[in-house]
Amino acid sequence: MPLKPSNMKSYEEEVKTFSWDISKDELEYKDGDIINIGWYCSDRICEKGKAEKLALIWESSKGEEKRYTFNDLRLITNTIANYLKNLGVNQGDRVCLFMDKIPELYMGFLGVLKLGAIAQPLFSAFGSESLLTRLEDATTTAIMTQKKHLPKVRNILEKMPYLKYIIVVDDDGSKALREREFALNIGTEKMIEEFEVFPATAETKSVLHYTSGTTGKPKGAQHVHYSLVSQYITAKYVLDLQEDDIYWCTADPGWVTGTSYGIIGAWANGVTQCVTEIGFTADNWYKFAEKNKVTVWYSAPTAIRSLMKEGTACVKKYDLSSLRHLASVGEPLNAEAVIWSQEAFGMMFHDTFWQTETGSIMVSNYPGMKIKPGSMGKPFPGITATVLDLKTSEPIIKKGIVGMIAFKPGWPSMIRTYWNNEEIYKSKFKNGWYLSGDRASIDEDGYFWFVGRDDDVINTAGHLVGPFEIESALLEHPAVAESAVVGKPDPVNMEVVKAFIALKPGFDADKMLELEIMNFVRKKLSALAMPQEIEFVDSLPKTRSGKIMRRVLRAKEWGEEIGDISTLENDM
Amino acid sequence: MAVTKDTILEYVRNEYLEDGDDREVTYDTPLISGGIVDSFSMVSLKVFLETKYNVSIPDAKATPEAFDSVDNIIALLKELGIE
Repeated sequence: MPLKPSNMKSYEEEVKTFSWDISKDELEYKDGDIINIGWYCSDRICEKGKAEKLALIWESSKGEEKRYTFNDLRLITNTIANYLKNLGVNQGDRVCLFMDKIPELYMGFLGVLKLGAIAQPLFSAFGSESLLTRLEDATTTAIMTQKKHLPKVRNILEKMPYLKYIIVVDDDGSKALREREFALNIGTEKMIEEFEVFPATAETKSVLHYTSGTTGKPKGAQHVHYSLVSQYITAKYVLDLQEDDIYWCTADPGWVTGTSYGIIGAWANGVTQCVTEIGFTADNWYKFAEKNKVTVWYSAPTAIRSLMKEGTACVKKYDLSSLRHLASVGEPLNAEAVIWSQEAFGMMFHDTFWQTETGSIMVSNYPGMKIKPGSMGKPFPGITATVLDLKTSEPIIKKGIVGMIAFKPGWPSMIRTYWNNEEIYKSKFKNGWYLSGDRASIDEDGYFWFVGRDDDVINTAGHLVGPFEIESALLEHPAVAESAVVGKPDPVNMEVVKAFIALKPGFDADKMLELEIMNFVRKKLSALAMPQEIEFVDSLPKTRSGKIMRRVLRAKEWGEEIGDISTLENDM
Repeated sequence: MAVTKDTILEYVRNEYLEDGDDREVTYDTPLISGGIVDSFSMVSLKVFLETKYNVSIPDAKATPEAFDSVDNIIALLKELGIE
């Protein structure tokens, strides 16, 4: 596709002149105004004369296609908001969206926001226990889901007296719904032309995204409607979304990329996007990109590495000449993949770095800026970023020294707290900096280079998985006496979960038990959390105080120095 | 042990479909590309086949395409000398 001028003319110039007011001016928002993300992503675009413009091209796993204009988006989100309101959902109530990547997920998200409730999207592959942990923490009032996922909700219902409404979006009447269950079919429900959108202001709570940590249960990162200011402009500058683009964000809205850039960033910019439910194969994805003439593609390193495995011959079978900009998110994109994308697509994937807690892109590669393959890029204009000394928490001045990536607090989409966990939220700040938990170095040209996590959290296929949650689930299996879970290097997924398990007496360490335990965790938590490898051991490395030394196990998996083992109780 | 399509099909239905999931799964239903078995769950399917049929499936052969249907799995096992 012929090159077109990018939205951001020059990174160096933009850094000098940028302020968040640029985004606010374009959104026609002034401090103190009403700001509702749901309205901005639908009604406002219609008011700008784009009511009949395509908002969403959706394809099912069977290849069935549905198309929605921005006016359809406006009407359907009104209808969902109105339905929830009539049921009894109030402003501030948490509404979980627990669906596959179907239109109702995208529109339900905006409908919840229009009502002034808090959207709590959760990955539909979560098992009952993972679901319960997150709904329990948020004391969720309502959940929008599909028939196929109802059993998972029903399994835990008696533990959730606060969950009043289970809204089934694809009920066909073939089986009776039960108490607390309601059917909402956007295909047949009477569309609501006018809905009084909740007058949210900057600090009105909007989205609650659960994210895993090393210890304890997953935490709910609380975002507010003002995050739109970050999401709008970063989508415009980093993803370079323009009027006639067809944008494909492959992320599931159960994760923050899927909401910040799979819904908000795209639609606040009035851009058409396409979504597919079809399972990943290189051919499926290329066919989809070709068919829809995708121009901007935002995907993840795991997928890119999987495409790379299939080779450039596979790419050449398809006409992908529509592509003009590629970006990546979730984990560092290795240099090899960046270079390969130039060969395969005629352009490089631009790596972007950010987190659930940051709400929007923080460090990135930009259109027109030189890419150093393997580098995270440079801070987004308006973001002050550094690396902090791990001992003193002071910014490291010398280039090339590894420290903790940190940001000056106050960007519009920064989380406001962790739900019910203000203490952990406060621990994310030190010396006037927000601590990312990731480590990097900065080179002479100001490019950031990712090194690794500062904790035991596992990044598998771009998703953070907490070892504690998995170890807790493992302990519930009758055969497991103790367990330790670490990330093991994987060429495609960067890391995968590996569990070390000491068995109770009377259980044999064989493949049947390994399979049983894998499936046990998969169903309890999710496929992501399922150990891809189990090693049965006689004992786990522990300190004299009994704490399991995961880092020792991890270091062995990664071929790294084990470090100080003076506190190790037992021999390895 | 002789490989039967039905044994594998039953395992897939029992392990990867939720109760109440009334999707039809047959011998040629796309499992991976159809979203029934995701890429992370594929490992457990591999371990099942290895355990059930006492075979070692090389990682290079345990691809999404090879596992994408019961028919494909049967073909893979045959290639590894298991019938």
